[in-house]
Amino acid sequence: MMLELASNNGIANTNETLTESPLAIRGLTVSYGQKPAVFSVDMTVQAGAMTAIIGPNGAGKSTMLKAALGIVKPLSGQVTAFGKSLDDQRARIAYVPQRASVDWDFPTRVIDVVLMGLYRELGLLGRLRARHKAKAMDCLNRVGMRDFADRQIGQLSGGQQQRVFLARSLAQDADLYLLDEPFAGVDAATEKAIIAVLKSLKDAGKTVVVVHHDLATVTDYFDHVFLINTRKVAEGSVGEAFTAETLQAAYGGRLATAQIDQLSRVVG
Amino acid sequence: MVAALQPRRSTSCRVWSAKQTDTRVMLIDALLLQLGYNATLVAIGAALLGVSAGVTGTFLFLRKRALVSDAISHATLPGVCIAFMIMVALGGDGRNLIGLLLGSALSAWIGLLCLNWLTRNTRLAEDAAIGSVLSVFFGFGVVLLTVIQTMGVGRQAGLEGFLLGSTAGMLWADAMIIAVGGGATLLLILLLRRPMTLVSFDPEHAAARGLPVARIDLAMMGLVMAVTVVGLKIVGLILIVALLIIPPVTARFWTERSDRVVLLSGLAGGISGYVGAAMSASAPNLPTGPIIVLVSFTLFALSMLLAPNRGALAAILGHLKFQRRVHLRQGLLALAQGQPIYERLTLRLLSRAGLARADGVATEFGRARAAKALRDEKRWEVVRTDQAHEAAAALYDGLRDIETVLTKDQIADIDHRIGGPQEIPA
Repeated sequence: MMLELASNNGIANTNETLTESPLAIRGLTVSYGQKPAVFSVDMTVQAGAMTAIIGPNGAGKSTMLKAALGIVKPLSGQVTAFGKSLDDQRARIAYVPQRASVDWDFPTRVIDVVLMGLYRELGLLGRLRARHKAKAMDCLNRVGMRDFADRQIGQLSGGQQQRVFLARSLAQDADLYLLDEPFAGVDAATEKAIIAVLKSLKDAGKTVVVVHHDLATVTDYFDHVFLINTRKVAEGSVGEAFTAETLQAAYGGRLATAQIDQLSRVVG
Repeated sequence: MVAALQPRRSTSCRVWSAKQTDTRVMLIDALLLQLGYNATLVAIGAALLGVSAGVTGTFLFLRKRALVSDAISHATLPGVCIAFMIMVALGGDGRNLIGLLLGSALSAWIGLLCLNWLTRNTRLAEDAAIGSVLSVFFGFGVVLLTVIQTMGVGRQAGLEGFLLGSTAGMLWADAMIIAVGGGATLLLILLLRRPMTLVSFDPEHAAARGLPVARIDLAMMGLVMAVTVVGLKIVGLILIVALLIIPPVTARFWTERSDRVVLLSGLAGGISGYVGAAMSASAPNLPTGPIIVLVSFTLFALSMLLAPNRGALAAILGHLKFQRRVHLRQGLLALAQGQPIYERLTLRLLSRAGLARADGVATEFGRARAAKALRDEKRWEVVRTDQAHEAAAALYDGLRDIETVLTKDQIADIDHRIGGPQEIPA
């Protein structure tokens, strides 16, 4: 009797954490043509944590994120955000796509891109006021791009473009930040600036999820990991889930033994 | 119209140039709306059409789907013909413009849905899908046009006029249709400009925010369709695409901001419509639509040549200027390090600037400048490695004088860090 009650309580508890998670994915499958890129994946994002989604090239990291947000249409699966339907919670979610997904010759200035983050505040016809511009400038300041506000976006380096994207998401005042490969092809200064902003978000109680490809920095930057190779491989705190075994399972033969050894030293 | 011209004609003193003067006077009269009722209606209608086509076309251009408008416009033809046949079958004369435009809108919409279906559900890329829809609909339309011609003589109402536009018999009601259609289009764009810009710049981000990307795209195409249908009478379905595409690319030369591209594009379209219509009215047998397109192209060509920053001339001049600066800088650095200079252009530029003699020996002034150039190199090295100077470092091109990007105090600070001789002027 007691035992039964205890186990029931246990189930109730997991359900609760599951539903209140900033982003909960259940049975998500995405397929391009006949080959699934993501197969029946569950993910429960830990609130207030910084989570890295890692896996080899083509493992479905970005696809999973896009499908969770409805950018790509999944074949099956359910997604909830903060315990409610995703569409009710969109205002609390900021997504930073890959830099390459945009035409950087688009006629727009840095400040205009950040102002696009204020779309919900501005509405269809709301006038752009001084406080909106001040807010956008503040967001640019946080990523160290204040001096670039009036430049055309095509004049920026890759790292600077990435920081502008981050500033746009900051303008959204979200509670959950999802970033797709923000460190791909950026300079060291940008990487430092971005990670500092992300850590400040975490300190402010926000949740951050990053599609990440650099295994060497995982333990420095993140406290949770989600390993994927089409299917989920492991999920949990860095100490539990980021181990030589899980990496071997996710990357298979794609990591040289030397790399695994090196990483095991990092992992400890 | 003739009466208005009479007094001026009599002032023309040389008989042999009377005809030439005539045309010129006519054009001025046309631009001032003095050429009579029909010409005035056409000029105002064309200007309104130009504005709404330019504004609508900008979003199409920003979304990189400019050619979709070509498919949409060609897909109007079967609708025009079927609407005519239905109206005749019902006992009308088939020329009712509203009826014809409704028919054209319906078949353009079907064409658009076909296009969307093909790109979404088959492996056809959008360009191939555009080609298929365009040719099939247009071909079907031409067949119907031939059928109509054999239906009964005298009743065909000049449907071919919809191919290239025909303004000869334009009525007040026709102009009103254009004005109302164009005005409604502009109003909708005012309402949708923010979501359309968001979707055009970054569709993934827009989708993640919950914007209905597919529906916004469809609305954008719906607006293009409205402009096309409204423009059938004046420019016709073959050339309307020019009014949708040329103004935005013209405007793009002048600005780096999307909201200004929209406004400038509307302006360019409006001017093209107005001037083109006036020109075609100033001489007999000049087709309105094609002249409007040519005026539009003239604006484009001028912009392409003359626009600052993005124009062709600016690019050539900029390149030459840049080349001279590179040579001068390299020359100065060579002088500073006592290396011989072999390149003729470099020598010529140095001596012309009074920095060196023709044989490559530095003048007093040249030596001072050379020392400064070398010093600047070191200063730039500091700037480029210091994160605090990132915005300035982004301007580094190996040529710039450091004082154009940094203040005196900042330079003094850098000099302090470099050490060495401090007497070199900033």
